[in-house]
Amino acid sequence: MKVLIDGLSDTFDNRVRLGIMSMLMVNDWVEFTSFKTMLDLTDGRLASHLKVLEGEAYIEVQKQFIGRKPNTSYRATAQGRKAFNDHLDALEKLINLRMESGENHSNNEETSK
Amino acid sequence: MTQPQHQQPLDTLQEIRSLMERSSRFISLSGLSGVSAGIFALIGAAVAGIYLGRFDTQELNYENFFEIERWGIKAGVFLLIDALLVFIFAVLSAIYFTTRKAKLKGLPIWDAVSRRMLWSLAIPLIAGGVFILALLYQGIVGLVAPCTLLFYGLALVNASKYTLDDVRQLGYIEIVLGLITCFNVGYGLESWALGFGVLHIAYGLYMYYKYERS
Repeated sequence: MKVLIDGLSDTFDNRVRLGIMSMLMVNDWVEFTSFKTMLDLTDGRLASHLKVLEGEAYIEVQKQFIGRKPNTSYRATAQGRKAFNDHLDALEKLINLRMESGENHSNNEETSK
Repeated sequence: MTQPQHQQPLDTLQEIRSLMERSSRFISLSGLSGVSAGIFALIGAAVAGIYLGRFDTQELNYENFFEIERWGIKAGVFLLIDALLVFIFAVLSAIYFTTRKAKLKGLPIWDAVSRRMLWSLAIPLIAGGVFILALLYQGIVGLVAPCTLLFYGLALVNASKYTLDDVRQLGYIEIVLGLITCFNVGYGLESWALGFGVLHIAYGLYMYYKYERS
């Protein structure tokens, strides 16, 4: 069972961080406000989770001004993409294993009858 | 006993999938906007048909389009205004129904994805619009109707990357219809009514029942 835990990253254990990375996998630069509306979060909570991902170097930040309004965008780094893919692979393995064990279980029931 | 643990990774994967879908495509596009655009197109085509019916057969042709007149207005100018009004009403109703759907689903209207979709829609449309002005300028009036279908189809195929997949199929059909009409310019109005009217209504209803009526 130890094998299962390999690849499952603590960073993506959190639903918000998982959501942020999901959006960054299919988009180039994503604005702060897009995360906010799509994930339905407060500024503070979103910022703290973005900080964590930035600390892991999974995402990079770009700050610019559109007119006079500051605009912050984020993009997944190559490292972040790899970490996220590994996490997904691990999740998939976990599901497959559970389904197999589920099938074995029902097989056993049938033979016992 | 294993049920909650079994369910959790699956739920997580489904959530990831849904987020990827919602954040990379503009899925608020409403089928009803297609239906209303189609209705306006049919009204416009009917008005054009009635207007053109005022002329005796063979009296009007593509050469004298901007010279001959009825109801105190030149045929070419009348049809251009007609088409422009259809376009304006179609766009306004599309905006209305799409905004409504986005609000119902709590999705953003004006974000990076919708901007990308509109931009990829606009490029072939603007290029086509200028090309059609060039056709009018050169006096090749017969190709105007088929070219509107052709460039509109190209615009739909181009924009379909950022919205619902069904839009691409509609685009393909519009392109084929436009190309066929290029070789049968006498059926310009009929193919226009088919492409912008009937097809919009059919696809709009199809998409409405597929995505919205739940």
